[in-house]
Amino acid sequence: MAESLTQSVSDPANAVDPSRRDFIHIAATAAAAGGVVAVAWPLIDQLNPAADTLALATLEYDLSKVALGQEVTISWRKQPVFIRHRTPKEIADARAADHGQLKDPETDAARVKAGKEQWLILLASCTHLGCVPTFGGGDYAGWLCPCHGSVYDTSGRIRKGPAPKNLYVPDYAFLSDTKIKIG
Amino acid sequence: MSHPSTYEPKTGIERWLDSRLPIVRFSADILSFPTPRNLNYWYTFGGILSFCLVVQIVTGIVLAMHYDPSGTGAFLSVERGIMRDVNYGWLIRGIHANGASMFFVAVYLHILRGIYYGSYKAPREVLWLLGCVIYVLMMATAFMGYVLPWGQMSFWGAKVITNLIGALPLVGKPITTLLWGGFSVDDPTLNRFFSLHYLLPFVIAAVVALHVWALHVPGNNNPTGVNVKSDTDTVAFHPYYTVKDGFAITLFMIMFAVFVFYLPDALGKADNAIPANPLVTPAHIVPEWYLLPFYAILRAIPDKLIGVLALGGSIGMLFALPWIDRSHVKSMRYRPTARMYFFIWIVAVAFLGWCGSQEPDGKLIPGLESFNLIDYPINSVTWLSRFSALYYFGYFVIVFFLGLYEKPLPVPDSLYTPVLKPSAVAAPAE
Ligand code: HEM
Ligand code: FES
Repeated sequence: MAESLTQSVSDPANAVDPSRRDFIHIAATAAAAGGVVAVAWPLIDQLNPAADTLALATLEYDLSKVALGQEVTISWRKQPVFIRHRTPKEIADARAADHGQLKDPETDAARVKAGKEQWLILLASCTHLGCVPTFGGGDYAGWLCPCHGSVYDTSGRIRKGPAPKNLYVPDYAFLSDTKIKIG
Repeated sequence: MSHPSTYEPKTGIERWLDSRLPIVRFSADILSFPTPRNLNYWYTFGGILSFCLVVQIVTGIVLAMHYDPSGTGAFLSVERGIMRDVNYGWLIRGIHANGASMFFVAVYLHILRGIYYGSYKAPREVLWLLGCVIYVLMMATAFMGYVLPWGQMSFWGAKVITNLIGALPLVGKPITTLLWGGFSVDDPTLNRFFSLHYLLPFVIAAVVALHVWALHVPGNNNPTGVNVKSDTDTVAFHPYYTVKDGFAITLFMIMFAVFVFYLPDALGKADNAIPANPLVTPAHIVPEWYLLPFYAILRAIPDKLIGVLALGGSIGMLFALPWIDRSHVKSMRYRPTARMYFFIWIVAVAFLGWCGSQEPDGKLIPGLESFNLIDYPINSVTWLSRFSALYYFGYFVIVFFLGLYEKPLPVPDSLYTPVLKPSAVAAPAE
């Protein structure tokens, strides 16, 4: 490249200034590339969640409706959320496994609020590919995912199957003894 | 077109047009295309596939006139509107929904034909790659189409498949969000899938045009895999193969009609007649039959990322095949060892398909107690999928080494010797 440049400069028959022509090529290509990017970005970004979707608010829920040993599934930001009222046995089972062989090690205490161990709030999306697991299946008395057989224990921790992570605990806070706010 | 044009414009109008837009010449050259004289019925699936694409586009455009791509309206517009209220809507949907399955029956036989006769080998690699692209586009199209009726299987299928992409490091999550347009599969997802489901078949049509172009440069392979050597090896595409393809399409239509009229729901899932519910996953979720082998490979692997990569790799193997198989003999007619491994491969794919439709810890032999190997009993669907998946990939390794070491049978010196002088074939090649 450099060679051919110097050559044509020194060639009097070829009187065009090559560096100027190069400049025009580079500038035109750069402008076109910039233009393509400038047009492509809005075309891609429009696929991202729209403002009204993002605006979906937080959710308040009255726990007194959930009896001991019961579970409800509610919808938060269009995602299913489990609210499980755990029995003492479920809590004991979960705590007993705290230091067992866990794929995604986490203690049960870290997954609930202190003093409110009976309430387990989970994003009901299997961390494998997002199905809603069903309670009461699997070898750990917790959840079994119907899609590819991931098994979660009574703390929602992954114990077997293809899912890599424990069921997520969404951000939530107790507003009163029986009322929580998710999000 | 690689063969010299034999078209002679006869009328003044044709001559006038020929020097401006030689479209009549183009069509005439396709009809007179020299085609090996020994093509068998396995070679009719190309024509059948073109027929399927036209059927899907025509019925699809009609369905789109009555379909409402919104979370609240989609299910009703299909199950009540199209199935009950629109005149002949049941028929048009029946053809479109079963047509997708028929399309895949044809494409699978077409691909197996290509592998058996070595049609992916030089000089047809580009032809083969374009075919693989069409196959991937078909899977994408069928997947998005299946989401449109917005039943339980539609919804949860969409969720699982889009989440597959989320397993990829770094880019996975942002891409999933782009596909969803929200925090999960929802109205925006349905809308964009409808838009893409409408678009992709036309992209497929364009790639089919390239595929046929890439076919017409080297010409057809044939069951012997021996190159065409002279004009006596070929016949004109029309009328010889238009009639043969036409006959095959007719038989295919009969099978198609049996499904549309007598078994319209046999290939579907009852759960898809339940409206989508984001809070409850159906007890047993499975994809459509044509995706089952890949689904089984995904489930066989206990690690999310590796599972997804294996699923992608299983399709990637097809793309790589022309460079894996180094044998100079194309047709497996003359490669008995390769043929044996190939037939076992088909069995492995069938096993995978069956496993994909079963529960992962379901037993293979009912009642038989067995020991646990790592995480599942050896007598379980999961282990059968694992062994089958291992063979699925292992086959390509075998093919690579066979290409280097296998001793093929003598190949006939011309493509019609096996027909005209069957005894000559047994003699060793010069
Ligand atoms: C490669 C070609 C195509 C394939 C493989 C395909 C596949 C499918 C599948 C599997 C379904 C779900 C059927 C069901 O269970 O009801 C579907 C639905 C649908 N498709 Fe297609 N399709 C194709 C082309 C098209 C085209 C070109 C259009 C429109 C222009 C279209 C419009 C629709 C509509 C509106 C639905 C929803 C109605 C229904 O579910 O029956 N399709 N498609
Ligand atoms: S989605 Fe739960 S195991 Fe795959």
